[in-house]
Amino acid sequence: MTSTPVPRQLTFISRHSPYGSARARAMLDMVLAAAVFDQKVTLIFMDDGVLQLHKHQAGAVIGAKDLGAALGVLPLYDIQQVYVDAQSLQARGMRHDDLAIAAEVCDSARITRLIQEADAVFTL
Amino acid sequence: MKFTIVLHAAPYTSQASLSALRFAQAALAAGHEIVRVFFYYDGVHNSNEFSVAPQDEFDLVKAWSSLLQTHGIDAVTCVSSAMKRGIVDEREARRHELRGHNLQAPSVLSGLGQLVDASMASDRTISFGA
Repeated sequence: MTSTPVPRQLTFISRHSPYGSARARAMLDMVLAAAVFDQKVTLIFMDDGVLQLHKHQAGAVIGAKDLGAALGVLPLYDIQQVYVDAQSLQARGMRHDDLAIAAEVCDSARITRLIQEADAVFTL
Repeated sequence: MKFTIVLHAAPYTSQASLSALRFAQAALAAGHEIVRVFFYYDGVHNSNEFSVAPQDEFDLVKAWSSLLQTHGIDAVTCVSSAMKRGIVDEREARRHELRGHNLQAPSVLSGLGQLVDASMASDRTISFGA
């Protein structure tokens, strides 16, 4: 094993829509795995990724598991650092009220800083 | 510097797999260390031994195996991504009573914890095919 006990800042950027590809769900699996390892996890939604947070999803209609509901487990894994890119949200006609989970809406300057502060950044 | 490489894309479908391979070659040539290569999502297809390249095309899947073996690089294929895409090792083939197994050495099947573990031990984690 190559493990070190020092927790690291692992930042995940999710930028794909919840359905149509399995990227969003595969990304969530990565995030949860990192949380299980007691790492400092930050999750950022941007571009089409913000659609994952939409309150009104009906994945079952197309035979898919509801991703909005799946994201509800984040607090159970003690993942509190969840950010949403304001511009991506606005471009898709969404508002803070539309979000299914607690998340901080922030500007791109803030996202730049979050990436700078990370020990590792994961995208998918 | 220590690197972890994550490959999300299948060979031949996009440039990502070849880019990742070339990045790995360049990093090693410059004296860097690769802690682990992690095949995730469609990237697990890079560890499918049953992949057969046309004679006039570069054999990307064999090239991965060769690079990993030559340099003794640890390689992990995500078990949950692999199983549903039909990439199995001998043990899983036996357990699910399949007719064959196709996980290419030196990759082993394991979970996402191996990605987190490698990343914690690396200075940089580089994703391809994101």
